[in-house]
Amino acid sequence: MGMTYVQKVLAKACGKSLVAHGDVVEPEVHLAMSHENGALVMNQFAEIYKDTGIDAKIWNPDRIAIILDHRVPAESSKTATNQKKIREFVAKQGIKKFHDIRGDEGGICHQILPEYGYVRPGYVVVGTDSHTTSHGALGAFAFGIGATEMASVWALGNILNVEVPGTIKVNVNGKFPAYVGAKDLILYLIGRLTAEGANFKVLEFHGETIRKMSTSGRLTICNMSVEAGATSGIVPPDEETLNYLKNIAGIRGKIEIYGPDKDAEYEQVIDIDVSRLGPQIACPHTVDNIKPVEEVTGKKVQQIVIGSCTNGRLDDLETAANILKGKKVALGTRMLIFPASWRIYQEAMKKGYLSILAEAGAVICNPGCGPCLGIHQGALGDQETALATTNRNFKGRMGNPNAEVYLCSPEVAAASAITGVISDPRAGGR
Amino acid sequence: MGKVVFKIGNDVSTDIIYPGRFMATLLPTETPQYAFADDVEFSKKLRAGEILKGSIVVAGQNFGCGSSREQAASCLKGYDLIIVARHFSRIFLQNSINLGLQTIICPDIEADEGNELEIEPEYVQNKTTGGKFKIVPLPKARQAIIDAGGLVPYTKALLLRRMQK
Ligand code: SF4
Repeated sequence: MGMTYVQKVLAKACGKSLVAHGDVVEPEVHLAMSHENGALVMNQFAEIYKDTGIDAKIWNPDRIAIILDHRVPAESSKTATNQKKIREFVAKQGIKKFHDIRGDEGGICHQILPEYGYVRPGYVVVGTDSHTTSHGALGAFAFGIGATEMASVWALGNILNVEVPGTIKVNVNGKFPAYVGAKDLILYLIGRLTAEGANFKVLEFHGETIRKMSTSGRLTICNMSVEAGATSGIVPPDEETLNYLKNIAGIRGKIEIYGPDKDAEYEQVIDIDVSRLGPQIACPHTVDNIKPVEEVTGKKVQQIVIGSCTNGRLDDLETAANILKGKKVALGTRMLIFPASWRIYQEAMKKGYLSILAEAGAVICNPGCGPCLGIHQGALGDQETALATTNRNFKGRMGNPNAEVYLCSPEVAAASAITGVISDPRAGGR
Repeated sequence: MGKVVFKIGNDVSTDIIYPGRFMATLLPTETPQYAFADDVEFSKKLRAGEILKGSIVVAGQNFGCGSSREQAASCLKGYDLIIVARHFSRIFLQNSINLGLQTIICPDIEADEGNELEIEPEYVQNKTTGGKFKIVPLPKARQAIIDAGGLVPYTKALLLRRMQK
Protein backbone atom coordinates (compact mmCIF):
# COMPACT_ATOMS: atom_id res chain seq x y z
CA MET A 1 0.00 0.00 0.00
CA GLY A 2 1.36 3.41 -0.98
CA MET A 3 1.56 6.53 1.17
CA THR A 4 -0.36 9.79 1.06
CA TYR A 5 1.64 13.01 0.82
CA VAL A 6 1.56 13.57 4.56
CA GLN A 7 2.63 10.02 5.31
CA LYS A 8 5.63 10.52 3.05
CA VAL A 9 6.60 13.79 4.74
CA LEU A 10 6.26 12.23 8.18
CA ALA A 11 8.18 9.09 7.21
CA LYS A 12 11.10 11.22 6.03
CA ALA A 13 10.98 13.45 9.11
CA CYS A 14 11.17 10.33 11.30
CA GLY A 15 13.87 8.60 9.28
CA LYS A 16 11.52 5.76 8.43
CA SER A 17 10.66 4.25 5.07
CA LEU A 18 7.00 3.79 5.89
CA VAL A 19 4.39 5.17 8.24
CA ALA A 20 0.70 4.26 8.30
CA HIS A 21 -2.43 6.07 9.39
CA GLY A 22 -2.68 5.84 13.18
CA ASP A 23 1.02 5.24 13.83
CA VAL A 24 2.42 7.37 16.61
CA VAL A 25 5.51 9.25 15.46
CA GLU A 26 7.82 11.99 16.73
CA PRO A 27 8.97 13.84 13.62
CA GLU A 28 11.77 16.36 13.57
CA VAL A 29 10.51 19.92 13.14
CA HIS A 30 11.95 22.00 10.30
CA LEU A 31 10.30 25.24 11.27
CA ALA A 32 8.54 26.36 14.44
CA MET A 33 6.66 29.65 14.20
CA SER A 34 5.15 31.91 16.85
CA HIS A 35 3.83 35.44 16.94
CA GLU A 36 3.03 37.58 19.99
CA ASN A 37 2.01 34.41 21.80
CA GLY A 38 5.70 33.60 21.76
CA ALA A 39 5.62 35.40 25.11
CA LEU A 40 3.51 32.55 26.52
CA VAL A 41 5.75 29.97 24.86
CA MET A 42 8.71 31.64 26.60
CA ASN A 43 6.93 31.28 29.92
CA GLN A 44 6.20 27.58 29.39
CA PHE A 45 9.72 27.03 28.06
CA ALA A 46 11.09 28.44 31.32
CA GLU A 47 8.74 26.14 33.26
CA ILE A 48 10.14 23.10 31.48
CA TYR A 49 13.70 23.99 32.47
CA LYS A 50 12.84 25.09 36.00
CA ASP A 51 14.71 23.07 38.66
CA THR A 52 16.50 20.93 36.08
CA GLY A 53 19.85 22.65 36.35
CA ILE A 54 19.95 22.69 32.55
CA ASP A 55 20.55 25.94 30.69
CA ALA A 56 17.34 26.93 28.84
CA LYS A 57 18.65 27.02 25.27
CA ILE A 58 16.48 26.51 22.20
CA TRP A 59 17.46 23.31 20.42
CA ASN A 60 18.12 25.10 17.14
CA PRO A 61 17.47 28.85 16.93
CA ASP A 62 17.74 28.75 13.12
CA ARG A 63 14.53 26.78 12.96
CA ILE A 64 12.50 29.22 15.01
CA ALA A 65 10.58 32.07 13.42
CA ILE A 66 8.90 34.79 15.43
CA ILE A 67 6.76 37.36 13.68
CA LEU A 68 5.05 40.23 15.48
CA ASP A 69 1.74 40.70 13.71
CA HIS A 70 -1.32 40.38 15.91
CA ARG A 71 -1.23 43.76 17.58
CA VAL A 72 1.14 45.97 15.63
CA PRO A 73 2.06 48.65 16.44
CA ALA A 74 1.13 47.79 20.01
CA GLU A 75 -2.31 48.94 21.11
CA SER A 76 -1.56 48.83 24.84
CA SER A 77 1.29 48.94 27.27
CA LYS A 78 0.67 45.29 28.11
CA THR A 79 1.15 44.22 24.50
CA ALA A 80 4.16 46.50 24.11
CA THR A 81 5.74 44.91 27.18
CA ASN A 82 5.12 41.40 25.84
CA GLN A 83 6.67 42.43 22.54
CA LYS A 84 9.66 43.88 24.37
CA LYS A 85 10.17 40.61 26.25
CA ILE A 86 10.07 38.74 22.95
CA ARG A 87 12.76 41.03 21.50
CA GLU A 88 14.99 40.40 24.50
CA PHE A 89 14.47 36.64 24.26
CA VAL A 90 15.15 36.65 20.50
CA ALA A 91 18.43 38.48 21.05
CA LYS A 92 19.47 36.19 23.89
CA GLN A 93 18.67 32.99 22.01
CA GLY A 94 20.11 34.16 18.68
CA ILE A 95 16.88 33.78 16.71
CA LYS A 96 17.43 35.28 13.26
CA LYS A 97 14.05 34.64 11.64
CA PHE A 98 12.53 37.44 13.67
CA HIS A 99 10.27 40.00 12.05
CA ASP A 100 9.70 43.05 14.15
CA ILE A 101 7.34 45.96 13.57
CA ARG A 102 8.99 47.37 10.47
CA GLY A 103 7.79 48.68 7.13
CA ASP A 104 10.47 46.82 5.20
CA GLU A 105 10.10 43.27 6.46
CA GLY A 106 7.04 42.99 8.67
CA GLY A 107 3.69 41.41 8.04
CA ILE A 108 1.34 38.61 8.98
CA CYS A 109 3.17 35.44 9.98
CA HIS A 110 1.49 33.27 7.35
CA GLN A 111 2.58 35.64 4.64
CA ILE A 112 6.12 36.20 5.92
CA LEU A 113 6.97 32.49 6.10
CA PRO A 114 6.39 31.81 2.39
CA GLU A 115 7.72 35.20 1.24
CA TYR A 116 11.04 34.70 2.98
CA GLY A 117 11.46 31.10 1.91
CA TYR A 118 11.25 29.80 5.47
CA VAL A 119 8.92 27.01 4.36
CA ARG A 120 9.80 24.40 1.78
CA PRO A 121 8.20 21.30 0.33
CA GLY A 122 8.51 18.29 2.61
CA TYR A 123 9.02 20.35 5.76
CA VAL A 124 7.25 19.64 9.02
CA VAL A 125 6.09 23.07 10.19
CA VAL A 126 4.37 23.84 13.46
CA GLY A 127 3.04 27.19 14.57
CA THR A 128 1.24 28.55 17.60
CA ASP A 129 -1.54 29.67 15.33
CA SER A 130 -4.36 27.61 13.91
CA HIS A 131 -3.93 28.97 10.39
CA THR A 132 -0.45 27.46 10.18
CA THR A 133 -2.26 25.12 7.78
CA SER A 134 -1.55 27.86 5.18
CA HIS A 135 1.93 26.50 4.53
CA GLY A 136 0.57 23.33 3.03
CA ALA A 137 0.33 25.55 -0.05
CA LEU A 138 4.08 25.00 -0.46
CA GLY A 139 3.96 21.28 0.18
CA ALA A 140 4.81 21.36 3.88
CA PHE A 141 2.94 19.40 6.53
CA ALA A 142 2.03 22.42 8.61
CA PHE A 143 -0.29 22.55 11.58
CA GLY A 144 -1.25 24.62 14.57
CA ILE A 145 -0.29 23.76 18.13
CA GLY A 146 -0.64 25.39 21.54
CA ALA A 147 2.01 27.34 23.40
CA THR A 148 3.02 24.54 25.79
CA GLU A 149 3.44 22.15 22.89
CA MET A 150 5.63 24.76 21.20
CA ALA A 151 7.73 25.14 24.34
CA SER A 152 8.32 21.40 24.18
CA VAL A 153 9.39 21.71 20.53
CA TRP A 154 11.76 24.56 21.42
CA ALA A 155 13.36 22.28 23.99
CA LEU A 156 13.49 19.01 22.07
CA GLY A 157 13.40 19.76 18.35
CA ASN A 158 10.68 17.32 17.57
CA ILE A 159 7.01 17.14 18.14
CA LEU A 160 5.96 14.44 20.54
CA ASN A 161 3.33 11.79 20.06
CA VAL A 162 1.83 12.72 16.71
CA GLU A 163 -0.74 10.31 15.39
CA VAL A 164 -0.34 9.98 11.61
CA PRO A 165 -3.59 11.50 10.32
CA GLY A 166 -5.90 10.07 7.70
CA THR A 167 -6.26 12.02 4.47
CA ILE A 168 -9.23 13.23 2.44
CA LYS A 169 -8.40 13.69 -1.22
CA VAL A 170 -10.07 16.68 -2.86
CA ASN A 171 -10.04 16.65 -6.67
CA VAL A 172 -10.86 20.03 -8.15
CA ASN A 173 -11.47 20.40 -11.86
CA GLY A 174 -12.95 22.91 -14.27
CA LYS A 175 -12.30 26.58 -14.98
CA PHE A 176 -13.50 29.22 -12.52
CA PRO A 177 -16.17 31.51 -13.98
CA ALA A 178 -15.47 35.25 -13.91
CA TYR A 179 -15.51 36.77 -10.40
CA VAL A 180 -15.18 33.34 -8.78
CA GLY A 181 -11.96 31.92 -7.35
CA ALA A 182 -10.02 30.12 -4.66
CA LYS A 183 -11.92 31.71 -1.77
CA ASP A 184 -15.27 30.58 -3.14
CA LEU A 185 -13.89 27.07 -3.64
CA ILE A 186 -12.74 26.72 -0.04
CA LEU A 187 -15.92 28.27 1.37
CA TYR A 188 -17.96 25.83 -0.71
CA LEU A 189 -15.85 22.90 0.49
CA ILE A 190 -16.17 23.92 4.16
CA GLY A 191 -19.93 24.16 3.72
CA ARG A 192 -19.94 20.66 2.30
CA LEU A 193 -17.64 19.13 4.91
CA THR A 194 -19.01 21.16 7.88
CA ALA A 195 -16.86 22.77 10.56
CA GLU A 196 -15.72 19.43 11.91
CA GLY A 197 -15.91 17.26 8.80
CA ALA A 198 -12.15 17.04 8.52
CA ASN A 199 -11.32 17.09 12.25
CA PHE A 200 -8.02 15.22 12.85
CA LYS A 201 -7.65 14.72 9.08
CA VAL A 202 -5.62 16.21 6.26
CA LEU A 203 -7.07 17.69 3.09
CA GLU A 204 -4.88 16.89 0.09
CA PHE A 205 -5.74 18.98 -2.97
CA HIS A 206 -5.45 17.69 -6.51
CA GLY A 207 -6.86 18.29 -9.97
CA GLU A 208 -6.40 20.57 -12.92
CA THR A 209 -7.85 23.65 -11.17
CA ILE A 210 -5.32 23.34 -8.36
CA ARG A 211 -2.42 22.77 -10.76
CA LYS A 212 -3.33 25.99 -12.55
CA MET A 213 -3.86 27.93 -9.33
CA SER A 214 -1.26 30.46 -8.16
CA THR A 215 0.50 29.97 -4.83
CA SER A 216 -1.56 32.89 -3.56
CA GLY A 217 -4.80 30.97 -4.24
CA ARG A 218 -3.32 27.82 -2.73
CA LEU A 219 -2.43 29.75 0.40
CA THR A 220 -6.09 30.82 0.63
CA ILE A 221 -7.43 27.27 0.44
CA CYS A 222 -4.85 25.75 2.77
CA ASN A 223 -5.29 28.66 5.20
CA MET A 224 -8.99 27.93 5.56
CA SER A 225 -8.71 24.12 5.64
CA VAL A 226 -8.63 24.40 9.42
CA GLU A 227 -12.17 25.82 9.29
CA ALA A 228 -13.33 22.34 8.30
CA GLY A 229 -11.39 21.09 11.32
CA ALA A 230 -8.48 19.80 9.22
CA THR A 231 -5.10 19.30 10.87
CA SER A 232 -3.59 20.51 7.64
CA GLY A 233 -4.43 21.35 4.04
CA ILE A 234 -1.81 20.40 1.48
CA VAL A 235 -1.13 20.98 -2.19
CA PRO A 236 1.53 18.50 -3.32
CA PRO A 237 4.33 20.68 -4.76
CA ASP A 238 4.80 21.22 -8.49
CA GLU A 239 6.32 23.64 -11.02
CA GLU A 240 4.27 26.53 -9.61
CA THR A 241 5.68 25.83 -6.13
CA LEU A 242 9.23 25.83 -7.47
CA ASN A 243 8.63 29.03 -9.40
CA TYR A 244 7.24 30.75 -6.31
CA LEU A 245 10.16 29.63 -4.16
CA LYS A 246 12.70 30.81 -6.75
CA ASN A 247 11.08 34.03 -7.94
CA ILE A 248 9.24 35.32 -4.88
CA ALA A 249 11.03 33.69 -1.97
CA GLY A 250 14.42 33.99 -3.65
CA ILE A 251 15.62 30.50 -2.82
CA ARG A 252 18.63 29.40 -4.81
CA GLY A 253 19.73 25.83 -5.27
CA LYS A 254 17.86 22.63 -5.85
CA ILE A 255 14.56 21.94 -4.14
CA GLU A 256 13.43 18.36 -3.99
CA ILE A 257 9.75 17.69 -4.59
CA TYR A 258 7.62 14.58 -4.61
CA GLY A 259 3.96 13.67 -4.58
CA PRO A 260 1.86 11.02 -2.89
CA ASP A 261 2.09 7.43 -4.13
CA LYS A 262 -0.32 6.48 -6.89
CA ASP A 263 -1.82 3.74 -4.74
CA ALA A 264 -2.09 5.85 -1.57
CA GLU A 265 -5.06 5.09 0.62
CA TYR A 266 -7.53 7.92 1.23
CA GLU A 267 -10.32 7.97 3.77
CA GLN A 268 -12.59 9.82 1.42
CA VAL A 269 -12.42 11.32 -2.05
CA ILE A 270 -14.32 14.50 -2.90
CA ASP A 271 -14.73 15.70 -6.48
CA ILE A 272 -15.57 19.31 -7.21
CA ASP A 273 -16.24 20.94 -10.57
CA VAL A 274 -15.78 24.69 -10.25
CA SER A 275 -17.02 25.61 -13.71
CA ARG A 276 -20.50 26.31 -12.35
CA LEU A 277 -19.50 27.61 -8.92
CA GLY A 278 -20.74 31.06 -7.95
CA PRO A 279 -19.56 33.43 -5.20
CA GLN A 280 -20.02 31.89 -1.75
CA ILE A 281 -20.71 33.62 1.57
CA ALA A 282 -20.13 32.30 5.09
CA CYS A 283 -22.97 33.67 7.20
CA PRO A 284 -22.86 34.35 10.96
CA HIS A 285 -21.75 32.80 13.27
CA THR A 286 -20.03 29.72 11.86
CA VAL A 287 -17.74 29.37 8.88
CA ASP A 288 -19.67 26.36 7.58
CA ASN A 289 -22.89 28.36 7.33
CA ILE A 290 -22.34 28.80 3.60
CA LYS A 291 -24.83 30.30 1.19
CA PRO A 292 -24.56 31.30 -2.46
CA VAL A 293 -24.28 35.08 -2.71
CA GLU A 294 -27.75 35.34 -4.29
CA GLU A 295 -29.31 34.34 -0.99
CA VAL A 296 -27.80 37.21 0.97
CA THR A 297 -27.59 40.06 -1.52
CA GLY A 298 -29.09 43.27 -0.22
CA LYS A 299 -27.93 42.78 3.36
CA LYS A 300 -26.69 46.14 4.65
CA VAL A 301 -23.07 46.25 5.86
CA GLN A 302 -21.36 48.93 7.90
CA GLN A 303 -17.81 47.63 7.50
CA ILE A 304 -16.01 45.95 4.63
CA VAL A 305 -12.61 44.45 5.24
CA ILE A 306 -10.15 43.24 2.64
CA GLY A 307 -7.00 41.73 4.02
CA SER A 308 -5.64 39.06 6.40
CA CYS A 309 -3.56 35.97 5.80
CA THR A 310 -6.46 34.60 3.77
CA ASN A 311 -6.94 37.34 1.17
CA GLY A 312 -4.56 40.21 1.72
CA ARG A 313 -2.14 39.48 -1.10
CA LEU A 314 -1.24 41.48 -4.18
CA ASP A 315 -3.74 39.73 -6.47
CA ASP A 316 -6.50 40.36 -3.93
CA LEU A 317 -5.69 44.07 -3.79
CA GLU A 318 -5.50 44.18 -7.59
CA THR A 319 -8.96 42.61 -7.81
CA ALA A 320 -10.35 45.17 -5.39
CA ALA A 321 -8.65 48.06 -7.20
CA ASN A 322 -10.02 46.92 -10.57
CA ILE A 323 -13.55 46.85 -9.22
CA LEU A 324 -13.30 50.12 -7.27
CA LYS A 325 -11.41 52.16 -9.88
CA GLY A 326 -13.23 55.44 -10.40
CA LYS A 327 -15.99 54.41 -7.97
CA LYS A 328 -16.77 55.39 -4.39
CA VAL A 329 -17.31 53.42 -1.22
CA ALA A 330 -20.99 53.85 -0.30
CA LEU A 331 -21.85 56.42 2.34
CA GLY A 332 -22.51 54.76 5.68
CA THR A 333 -20.01 52.00 4.89
CA ARG A 334 -16.39 52.00 5.97
CA MET A 335 -13.90 50.03 3.98
CA LEU A 336 -10.67 48.84 5.55
CA ILE A 337 -7.77 47.38 3.59
CA PHE A 338 -4.95 45.64 5.38
CA PRO A 339 -2.33 44.04 3.17
CA ALA A 340 -0.80 40.79 4.42
CA SER A 341 2.76 42.10 4.46
CA TRP A 342 4.74 45.26 3.97
CA ARG A 343 6.25 43.81 0.84
CA ILE A 344 2.75 43.49 -0.59
CA TYR A 345 1.90 46.98 0.69
CA GLN A 346 4.91 48.43 -1.11
CA GLU A 347 4.17 46.56 -4.34
CA ALA A 348 0.52 47.62 -4.23
CA MET A 349 1.71 51.17 -3.66
CA LYS A 350 4.01 51.06 -6.69
CA LYS A 351 1.32 49.56 -8.88
CA GLY A 352 -1.12 52.26 -7.82
CA TYR A 353 -3.67 49.93 -6.20
CA LEU A 354 -3.49 51.67 -2.86
CA SER A 355 -4.18 55.09 -4.30
CA ILE A 356 -7.13 53.76 -6.31
CA LEU A 357 -8.55 52.25 -3.14
CA ALA A 358 -7.90 55.35 -1.03
CA GLU A 359 -9.43 57.59 -3.68
CA ALA A 360 -12.51 55.40 -3.57
CA GLY A 361 -12.70 56.08 0.16
CA ALA A 362 -11.07 52.98 1.63
CA VAL A 363 -8.84 53.27 4.70
CA ILE A 364 -5.48 51.63 4.14
CA CYS A 365 -4.34 50.07 7.41
CA ASN A 366 -0.87 48.85 8.12
CA PRO A 367 -0.13 45.16 7.50
CA GLY A 368 -0.89 42.95 10.48
CA CYS A 369 -3.86 41.09 11.84
CA GLY A 370 -5.76 44.26 12.71
CA PRO A 371 -9.50 44.01 12.10
CA CYS A 372 -9.37 40.23 11.53
CA LEU A 373 -9.56 39.65 15.23
CA GLY A 374 -10.73 43.11 16.18
CA ILE A 375 -8.46 43.50 19.16
CA HIS A 376 -6.64 46.42 17.94
CA GLN A 377 -8.30 48.23 15.06
CA GLY A 378 -11.49 47.96 13.09
CA ALA A 379 -13.70 46.69 15.91
CA LEU A 380 -17.45 46.62 15.20
CA GLY A 381 -20.19 48.51 17.02
CA ASP A 382 -23.20 46.78 18.57
CA GLN A 383 -25.62 45.38 15.97
CA GLU A 384 -23.25 46.24 13.14
CA THR A 385 -22.55 43.92 10.24
CA ALA A 386 -19.21 43.36 8.57
CA LEU A 387 -18.35 41.69 5.29
CA ALA A 388 -14.75 40.49 5.25
CA THR A 389 -12.29 38.48 3.21
CA THR A 390 -10.88 37.07 6.44
CA ASN A 391 -11.37 33.49 7.60
CA ARG A 392 -13.51 33.51 10.74
CA ASN A 393 -16.94 34.83 11.58
CA PHE A 394 -17.38 33.44 15.08
CA LYS A 395 -19.44 35.42 17.55
CA GLY A 396 -17.10 37.98 19.05
CA ARG A 397 -14.70 37.98 16.12
CA MET A 398 -13.86 41.55 15.09
CA GLY A 399 -14.06 42.50 18.72
CA ASN A 400 -17.80 42.51 19.43
CA PRO A 401 -20.12 39.64 20.39
CA ASN A 402 -23.11 41.84 19.53
CA ALA A 403 -22.10 42.23 15.90
CA GLU A 404 -22.04 39.88 12.93
CA VAL A 405 -19.47 38.99 10.33
CA TYR A 406 -20.00 37.56 6.84
CA LEU A 407 -17.05 36.10 4.94
CA CYS A 408 -16.48 36.37 1.20
CA SER A 409 -14.00 36.76 -1.65
CA PRO A 410 -12.26 40.05 -2.53
CA GLU A 411 -14.57 40.31 -5.56
CA VAL A 412 -17.70 40.26 -3.42
CA ALA A 413 -16.17 42.58 -0.83
CA ALA A 414 -15.19 45.18 -3.42
CA ALA A 415 -18.51 45.05 -5.28
CA SER A 416 -20.37 45.39 -1.97
CA ALA A 417 -18.28 48.39 -0.92
CA ILE A 418 -19.76 50.36 -3.79
CA THR A 419 -23.36 49.54 -2.90
CA GLY A 420 -23.12 49.29 0.89
CA VAL A 421 -25.05 46.02 0.78
CA ILE A 422 -23.87 42.48 0.05
CA SER A 423 -23.70 42.40 -3.74
CA ASP A 424 -23.00 39.91 -6.48
CA PRO A 425 -19.84 40.98 -8.32
CA ARG A 426 -21.12 39.29 -11.48
CA ALA A 427 -23.80 41.95 -11.64
CA GLY A 428 -21.16 44.67 -11.95
CA GLY A 429 -21.37 45.78 -8.35
CA ARG A 430 -25.01 46.84 -8.62
CA MET B 1 -19.59 13.08 41.08
CA GLY B 2 -19.98 16.55 39.71
CA LYS B 3 -22.77 18.91 38.87
CA VAL B 4 -23.48 20.28 35.40
CA VAL B 5 -23.07 24.01 35.85
CA PHE B 6 -23.19 25.07 32.23
CA LYS B 7 -24.61 23.56 29.07
CA ILE B 8 -23.73 24.81 25.60
CA GLY B 9 -24.30 23.68 22.02
CA ASN B 10 -22.19 22.75 19.01
CA ASP B 11 -19.16 24.53 17.55
CA VAL B 12 -18.32 26.57 20.64
CA SER B 13 -15.26 28.47 19.44
CA THR B 14 -12.25 29.65 21.36
CA ASP B 15 -13.57 33.18 20.74
CA ILE B 16 -16.50 32.25 23.00
CA ILE B 17 -14.38 30.47 25.61
CA TYR B 18 -11.70 33.15 25.70
CA PRO B 19 -12.51 36.24 23.60
CA GLY B 20 -9.71 37.51 21.38
CA ARG B 21 -9.69 40.93 22.99
CA PHE B 22 -8.15 39.42 26.13
CA MET B 23 -5.38 37.66 24.28
CA ALA B 24 -2.72 40.00 25.57
CA THR B 25 -3.26 38.25 28.89
CA LEU B 26 -1.20 35.13 28.63
CA LEU B 27 -0.20 33.59 31.93
CA PRO B 28 -2.29 30.61 33.12
CA THR B 29 -2.60 32.26 36.51
CA GLU B 30 -4.24 35.34 34.98
CA THR B 31 -6.51 33.88 32.30
CA PRO B 32 -9.38 32.44 34.41
CA GLN B 33 -10.93 35.88 34.97
CA TYR B 34 -11.87 35.99 31.26
CA ALA B 35 -13.32 32.49 30.88
CA PHE B 36 -16.58 32.73 28.88
CA ALA B 37 -16.34 36.49 29.37
CA ASP B 38 -19.18 37.24 26.94
CA ASP B 39 -21.58 34.91 28.73
CA VAL B 40 -22.32 37.47 31.40
CA GLU B 41 -24.17 35.17 33.78
CA PHE B 42 -21.81 32.19 33.79
CA SER B 43 -18.67 34.29 33.87
CA LYS B 44 -20.05 36.20 36.85
CA LYS B 45 -20.64 32.96 38.75
CA LEU B 46 -17.14 31.76 37.93
CA ARG B 47 -15.52 34.97 39.08
CA ALA B 48 -17.60 35.07 42.25
CA GLY B 49 -16.28 31.63 43.19
CA GLU B 50 -19.78 30.14 43.11
CA ILE B 51 -18.70 27.21 40.96
CA LEU B 52 -17.14 24.28 42.82
CA LYS B 53 -13.97 22.65 41.54
CA GLY B 54 -14.80 19.52 39.56
CA SER B 55 -18.01 21.01 38.22
CA ILE B 56 -18.99 19.99 34.72
CA VAL B 57 -19.54 21.86 31.47
CA VAL B 58 -21.55 19.86 28.93
CA ALA B 59 -21.05 20.73 25.27
CA GLY B 60 -21.99 19.50 21.83
CA GLN B 61 -19.82 18.76 18.81
CA ASN B 62 -16.53 20.42 17.99
CA PHE B 63 -15.97 22.14 21.33
CA GLY B 64 -13.03 24.55 21.21
CA CYS B 65 -12.92 25.04 17.46
CA GLY B 66 -11.01 27.95 16.03
CA SER B 67 -7.84 29.51 17.29
CA SER B 68 -4.92 27.69 18.88
CA ARG B 69 -4.92 30.10 21.82
CA GLU B 70 -3.99 28.08 24.87
CA GLN B 71 -5.74 30.59 27.11
CA ALA B 72 -8.99 28.81 26.19
CA ALA B 73 -7.77 25.70 28.00
CA SER B 74 -5.87 27.42 30.79
CA CYS B 75 -8.80 29.67 31.77
CA LEU B 76 -11.03 26.61 32.33
CA LYS B 77 -8.26 24.68 34.04
CA GLY B 78 -8.05 27.56 36.50
CA TYR B 79 -11.47 26.57 37.86
CA ASP B 80 -10.75 22.83 37.56
CA LEU B 81 -13.80 22.39 35.39
CA ILE B 82 -14.41 19.09 33.63
CA ILE B 83 -15.53 19.38 30.01
CA VAL B 84 -17.81 16.64 28.73
CA ALA B 85 -18.42 17.15 25.02
CA ARG B 86 -19.77 15.15 22.11
CA HIS B 87 -16.49 15.87 20.40
CA PHE B 88 -13.60 18.30 20.63
CA SER B 89 -11.65 20.24 18.08
CA ARG B 90 -8.11 18.90 17.68
CA ILE B 91 -5.97 21.78 18.92
CA PHE B 92 -8.18 22.50 21.91
CA LEU B 93 -8.14 18.84 22.94
CA GLN B 94 -4.39 18.72 22.63
CA ASN B 95 -3.96 21.93 24.65
CA SER B 96 -6.25 20.58 27.36
CA ILE B 97 -4.27 17.39 27.67
CA ASN B 98 -1.03 19.35 27.73
CA LEU B 99 -2.31 21.53 30.57
CA GLY B 100 -4.12 18.80 32.49
CA LEU B 101 -7.65 20.12 31.86
CA GLN B 102 -9.98 17.15 32.06
CA THR B 103 -11.79 16.52 28.77
CA ILE B 104 -14.25 13.68 28.29
CA ILE B 105 -15.37 12.66 24.79
CA CYS B 106 -18.91 11.41 25.13
CA PRO B 107 -20.69 11.38 21.73
CA ASP B 108 -24.20 10.67 23.07
CA ILE B 109 -24.16 12.68 26.28
CA GLU B 110 -27.57 13.93 27.42
CA ALA B 111 -27.50 16.17 30.46
CA ASP B 112 -28.95 19.46 31.59
CA GLU B 113 -27.78 22.12 33.97
CA GLY B 114 -28.25 20.93 37.54
CA ASN B 115 -27.85 17.22 36.70
CA GLU B 116 -25.33 15.21 38.71
CA LEU B 117 -22.87 13.22 36.61
CA GLU B 118 -20.63 10.36 37.66
CA ILE B 119 -17.62 9.98 35.40
CA GLU B 120 -16.43 6.38 35.34
CA PRO B 121 -13.57 5.00 33.26
CA GLU B 122 -15.80 3.94 30.38
CA TYR B 123 -19.12 5.66 30.99
CA VAL B 124 -20.67 8.89 32.10
CA GLN B 125 -23.69 8.20 34.31
CA ASN B 126 -26.33 10.84 34.65
CA LYS B 127 -27.46 10.24 38.23
CA THR B 128 -30.37 12.64 37.85
CA THR B 129 -31.94 11.09 34.74
CA GLY B 130 -30.52 7.56 34.97
CA GLY B 131 -28.86 7.84 31.55
CA LYS B 132 -25.58 6.05 30.87
CA PHE B 133 -23.31 7.20 28.02
CA LYS B 134 -20.18 5.63 26.59
CA ILE B 135 -16.87 7.50 26.69
CA VAL B 136 -14.55 7.48 23.69
CA PRO B 137 -10.94 7.19 24.89
CA LEU B 138 -8.65 10.17 24.32
CA PRO B 139 -6.12 9.79 21.46
CA LYS B 140 -3.83 6.94 22.48
CA ALA B 141 -0.73 8.87 21.51
CA ARG B 142 -1.46 11.33 24.27
CA GLN B 143 -1.92 8.89 27.12
CA ALA B 144 1.69 9.16 28.29
CA ILE B 145 1.31 12.93 28.59
CA ILE B 146 -1.88 12.58 30.60
CA ASP B 147 -0.18 10.07 32.87
CA ALA B 148 2.73 12.45 33.45
CA GLY B 149 0.29 15.18 34.51
CA GLY B 150 0.77 17.36 31.46
CA LEU B 151 3.31 18.24 28.82
CA VAL B 152 5.59 20.38 31.00
CA PRO B 153 6.47 17.54 33.41
CA TYR B 154 6.56 15.09 30.50
CA THR B 155 9.06 17.15 28.49
CA LYS B 156 11.06 17.96 31.61
CA ALA B 157 11.54 14.24 32.31
CA LEU B 158 12.44 13.55 28.70
CA LEU B 159 14.97 16.36 28.67
CA LEU B 160 16.64 15.07 31.82
CA ARG B 161 16.80 11.56 30.35
CA ARG B 162 18.35 12.88 27.12
CA MET B 163 20.92 14.84 29.13
CA GLN B 164 22.00 11.78 31.05
CA LYS B 165 22.78 9.86 27.87
S1 SF4 C 1 -4.85 37.69 9.87
FE1 SF4 C 1 -6.40 36.85 11.22
S2 SF4 C 1 -6.45 34.65 10.82
FE2 SF4 C 1 -4.55 35.48 9.93
S3 SF4 C 1 -3.00 35.17 11.53
FE3 SF4 C 1 -3.86 37.20 11.81
S4 SF4 C 1 -5.53 36.94 13.28
FE4 SF4 C 1 -5.02 34.93 12.49
